[in-house]
Amino acid sequence: MSESGDISRLIGDLSADLKPVRRLAPPWLRALYWLAAVLGLALVLIAIRIVFNWSGASEVDPYVMPGAIASGVTAALAAFAAFELSLPDRSNAWALLPLPAFAVWVAINGLGCVASLADPAAQSGMPQFFSCLAIILALSIPLSVATIVMVRRARPLRPLPVAILGGLAASAAGATLLLLVHPHDSAVLDLCSHALAVIVVVGINALIGGRLFVPANNFRRRA
Amino acid sequence: MAPAAHSDEFAAERAATDRRLTAAMAAAQGGDRAAYELVLRDCVPIVRRIARAQGADANFLDDVVQDVLITLHGARASYDPSRSFVAWLTAITQRRTIDILRKQGRRGAREVYAPLAVETHAGEGNPEADAALRSEARQLRAAVATLPEGQREAVETLALEENSLEDASKRTGRTKSALKVNLHRAIKTLRARMGGGEADGETP
Repeated sequence: MSESGDISRLIGDLSADLKPVRRLAPPWLRALYWLAAVLGLALVLIAIRIVFNWSGASEVDPYVMPGAIASGVTAALAAFAAFELSLPDRSNAWALLPLPAFAVWVAINGLGCVASLADPAAQSGMPQFFSCLAIILALSIPLSVATIVMVRRARPLRPLPVAILGGLAASAAGATLLLLVHPHDSAVLDLCSHALAVIVVVGINALIGGRLFVPANNFRRRA
Repeated sequence: MAPAAHSDEFAAERAATDRRLTAAMAAAQGGDRAAYELVLRDCVPIVRRIARAQGADANFLDDVVQDVLITLHGARASYDPSRSFVAWLTAITQRRTIDILRKQGRRGAREVYAPLAVETHAGEGNPEADAALRSEARQLRAAVATLPEGQREAVETLALEENSLEDASKRTGRTKSALKVNLHRAIKTLRARMGGGEADGETP
């Protein structure tokens, strides 16, 4: 079938605009780069800890460390899934990749929360709630920015699920890094602050991330 | 030729096309304009075929092709030459077609296709014009009654009852395109009968 004049002209314009491009690295490698950024942030936090001579909580709740590991795994899998899903020819099933780790993270937090209810001394107050929330949000901002910048190059055709996965990765990584700078337990308010932080970060990523994934285009369809 | 042999030949031809486009796209990523133009031109029939299979109306095929080519241009860095180019193009086309069908669906639900409405309501508010219009309306109703069934149905559902194309299509069981064509033909026929010009046939 012959092309219409509009299509022929568009092909001419697109060809004339062609510049060499650097191919995107495979999703697993981009996920590794993103994890390297998380590691870099962790090193900065450790440096801050050393500078301020903070030795950490003397007694750690038994649920905190498994919870942090589960959130770290959730972050890594969500980032990998976001990079996979940002490519047009990858299956929608990638969106399910972080769900098992996320379920384990929620389950560990739930168990810790139930265990803490038996110990009134373990309950924290509102200042603890707000400091946990603020730190996770603050840590999630640079990680969300890193995700958006890295995903944007792929021009994802499924911006919403990619943005949600990116938000989950950033907030889960933020919850993991919290362990390095802020002593916390599995108390109800602590865990509520984590849950709220995840909801807020995922929500903001879903609201604005999707739009930021679509850079300005020089070409418009001809009527 | 036996069907199995024909099918093998078709599959081999598709694989050869895929290999050729994959190599050309890899060259285009390096900045080869001639290869890129070849890729874009060869994409057009593939995109049309996929979009048609997805249910895109013939009127929108050019829109889908243009959207896909623009998307491909923006996303060309994300193509991995170790994977099938046609599979990559197919995924882009399917998503773009769905986007366009959704947009058309939303627009179609709001749109009222009533080119006769302007003529029907032109003289409202003026008593003399109203009387003339009433007389014309009677003639028009009589003329509409003599139209072939498809054209009459299109005039009644779209122009007189002012249904949206979507609703009219559901009510009559005809496609939107058929309704549009029948309405245009009806208008032409009515003009011919009421004031000169030539009449037209019907689309099923």
